[in-house]
Amino acid sequence: METEAASMNAILEMRGISKSFGPVKALSDVTFSVKPGEIHAICGENGAGKSTLMKVLSGVYPAGTYEGQIIYEGVERRFRAIGDSEALGIIIIHQELALIPLLSAAENIFLAHPPGRFGVIDRDSVWQRAKAVMRKVGLDDSPDTLITNMGVGKRQLVEIAKALSKNVKLLILDEPTASLNERDSAALLDLLLEFKAQGLSSILISHKLNEISRVADRITILRDGRSVETIDCHAEPASEDHIIRAMVDRDLEHRYPEHTPKIGDLLMEVSDWTVHHPIHTDRTVIHGVDFHVRAGEIVGIAGLMGAGRTEFAMSLFGRSYGRRISGEVQIKGRRVDVSTVQRAIKAGLAYVTEDRKELGLHLADDLRHNITLANLGGISHLRVLDGIRELRVANDYRRRMNIRCSGVDQESGNLSGGNQQKVVLSKWLFTSPDVLFLDEPTRGIDVGAKYEIYCIIQELADSGHGVVVISSEMPELLGLCDRICVMNEGRFVGEFTREEASQERIMQAIMRDVRSVPDEIPAMPQGSERAAETVGP
Amino acid sequence: MSQTIQGALRTQPSGLPEKTRTAADFIKNSLRDYGMILSLIAIMAFFQIVTHGTLLRPLNLTNLVLQNSYIVVMAFGMLLVIVSGHIDLSVGSSAGFIGAVAAVMMVNYHINFIAATLACLVLGGLIGAAQGYWIAYFKIPSFIVTLAGMLVFKGLALALLGGQSLGPFSTTFQKLSSGFIPEFLPHAARFYPTSLILGAGVAALLVGLAVRDRVRQVRNDMEVEPLSLFAGRNAAIFGIIVYLSWLIASYRGLPNVLIIMAMLIAFYGFVTERTTIGRQIYAVGGNVRAARLSGVKTERLTFFTFVNMGVLAALGGLVFAARLDTASPKAGQGFELDVIAACFIGGASAYGGVGRVGGAVIGALIMGVMNNGMSIMGIGIDYQQVLKGLVLLGAVCVDVYNQRR
Repeated sequence: METEAASMNAILEMRGISKSFGPVKALSDVTFSVKPGEIHAICGENGAGKSTLMKVLSGVYPAGTYEGQIIYEGVERRFRAIGDSEALGIIIIHQELALIPLLSAAENIFLAHPPGRFGVIDRDSVWQRAKAVMRKVGLDDSPDTLITNMGVGKRQLVEIAKALSKNVKLLILDEPTASLNERDSAALLDLLLEFKAQGLSSILISHKLNEISRVADRITILRDGRSVETIDCHAEPASEDHIIRAMVDRDLEHRYPEHTPKIGDLLMEVSDWTVHHPIHTDRTVIHGVDFHVRAGEIVGIAGLMGAGRTEFAMSLFGRSYGRRISGEVQIKGRRVDVSTVQRAIKAGLAYVTEDRKELGLHLADDLRHNITLANLGGISHLRVLDGIRELRVANDYRRRMNIRCSGVDQESGNLSGGNQQKVVLSKWLFTSPDVLFLDEPTRGIDVGAKYEIYCIIQELADSGHGVVVISSEMPELLGLCDRICVMNEGRFVGEFTREEASQERIMQAIMRDVRSVPDEIPAMPQGSERAAETVGP
Repeated sequence: MSQTIQGALRTQPSGLPEKTRTAADFIKNSLRDYGMILSLIAIMAFFQIVTHGTLLRPLNLTNLVLQNSYIVVMAFGMLLVIVSGHIDLSVGSSAGFIGAVAAVMMVNYHINFIAATLACLVLGGLIGAAQGYWIAYFKIPSFIVTLAGMLVFKGLALALLGGQSLGPFSTTFQKLSSGFIPEFLPHAARFYPTSLILGAGVAALLVGLAVRDRVRQVRNDMEVEPLSLFAGRNAAIFGIIVYLSWLIASYRGLPNVLIIMAMLIAFYGFVTERTTIGRQIYAVGGNVRAARLSGVKTERLTFFTFVNMGVLAALGGLVFAARLDTASPKAGQGFELDVIAACFIGGASAYGGVGRVGGAVIGALIMGVMNNGMSIMGIGIDYQQVLKGLVLLGAVCVDVYNQRR
């Protein structure tokens, strides 16, 4: 904990920050400070509250929507928008870079406030000032270079140059090296150290513990929206085991229903499954993996964001992701064709997307029509729909899944997240699949609805389905799954039975692998379009 | 909002509806469904009064149908295009072009009108396919492809006709849009009983289908609206249709083109609401990626939506040519805007995924009644345009407001 004297000379102090989204508490009573000229790292699992904390700090969530105090340069600040914090030199660089691909580096650097008079941009001044800040970050390219022609590493540097152009005093980097190769990462970290020598304070959010221990002066660990520990790296060297334990240690009781698995025969087997990136087809996203599910088994796939879990599932499901896909899928011992979504459904696969709103539902339509969409054959004769049968099916799922709605003719956009998820689950159950892939099945769902989803998943397994759960919430995987496979960089790097698995072991399996990143660009976060935007040639 | 965790699951009684809805709820819901038709009735009532009864005179009513037939015909195709999340700006030009082709075939080459009509419909389908191909498989925005199509077919029509009008058509072809159904029964000088009987038959059929649905719903223990509401609504539908048929029967009977329109309403209503392909079109327009992940062949569906639009644009072009009895190089100009406006006034969403066949027809009729009513009132074409524009904006605003509520 900070002493009063130490906090006096901090450039930033956040005291007792709490922030809720409806019933979900994202941050509770977080304390955090940054001293002048230090690099302060923040660690935590996905969803621990790191990004939320930074959004509170930068004014994305305006003053009044959270509790607690922000003291910056000795004065309590109440930022109402991101512009307020930027004006005082707090600059955040997000994980998804906010650059416009078809504008030049210089134009991007001075996007919001280009130098000039009466709204007329002074192009010479833009060029010269851009050149100056780009030199500071070690970029020799011409300021006229289009962003789209730069690699990811250089784009990251342009972002930092942009921050410098705004007279940054506190630089916040959210996973800056997530999409960089080893060399670019090292260069970026060196740059941070150089800035530090010049007196710049920075906050570094990262999953890569080796990087953190290399540059950080202090490390704050967040867990479930609380700041659990701040380690002073100069007082005691931070051991990675220590950090991992602090990140994941928590009470798991009573959040998952009791369940005794009834595991049967081998149901689905995937062998040597290889997938290439949909646009950069020479890049391998999934590297010849093997995978299997038994009847009645709940298999978890753990991994960090961008590990390739969604890409793996979607490529299996009718090649919905990737190109140049090879490998074999067997269901119940017979080789099946999963080359289109229709064939995959027919073969007995179902994929419940991680993004309900974008990929799962027709929000403007009622839940009845959403439930039947993937199996219209089941409610029609000679392609003519039977409205009564459809209504009966919808009402049946409404009852079985306990979907809370005013009626099956309610617009699905008006349902709560948990109920929407039940609609998507109903849709896939109505296709009578053998194996269900559930991608982040409880994302954005409140605790009560989560419990219901867990019960449904267990019931599905008990009725002989194979269920594959992809989740970034490790406790969920530990509480739910009979077996957990750990994926990183498009490979399975560990496998644990229910008894063997622990958060530490899973984290260690990932971290061990992260440390040995090969010198190539890793798999990008999900969404091929976005990936295409952020990857250089 | 109860957040009970364990108890709520699987312990709920199996009764279907948790609460029975009151008549007020049903009226509120119906208002949304029938809001369009009520505004059409209100607009008709308004013009009926300010034109001192001219609007619903049998002659004028028949003209109203004839004047708007080609817009309604094309609106069916446009509705599907808009529901699937696209737009087609080329329909006016391709309708004009098809009219020109028909004229060249029938007037210059004396080709039999049935063969020529079929050839024109096929050509329309090809035009739709040519545009749909780029939209569906190359993902070029429909706005751009059909804007190009609009220029191309406008130019081709001009070239084909050499800038001159071409006509007249044979009298049989003219019957397509200005003919009336034959009278089988003995009739008075100004009354055609077959038309009235046909109208009453359709009205009875509609009521019969509604009753059958209700019986099935009751038998399956489903929630139904209160009987009084059901009876009242069906009586009103029956009454209105029979009254309009009586009016039409007392001029020259049912126009042929009205029969075509009725068949198209029945067909497209059925396709959109009762078939898997219709359902899939809504899914594609509502969320194309979700639809694809649900096994819908989204590209093929989009492609055929445009083929269908092309065929209907051709039919609209033929009806229009037959009505004018000549193919003019200017034919079809601006139709696309009326057709698109009809769909939006009729409640289709500009974002795709929402819209009904009935709505599009009513939207076309609202535009038609306003044109007709304002013309009778002697309002110039200038202010007619202004008012139509405002009605379009207003209708969409009301719709967006309803969505937000």
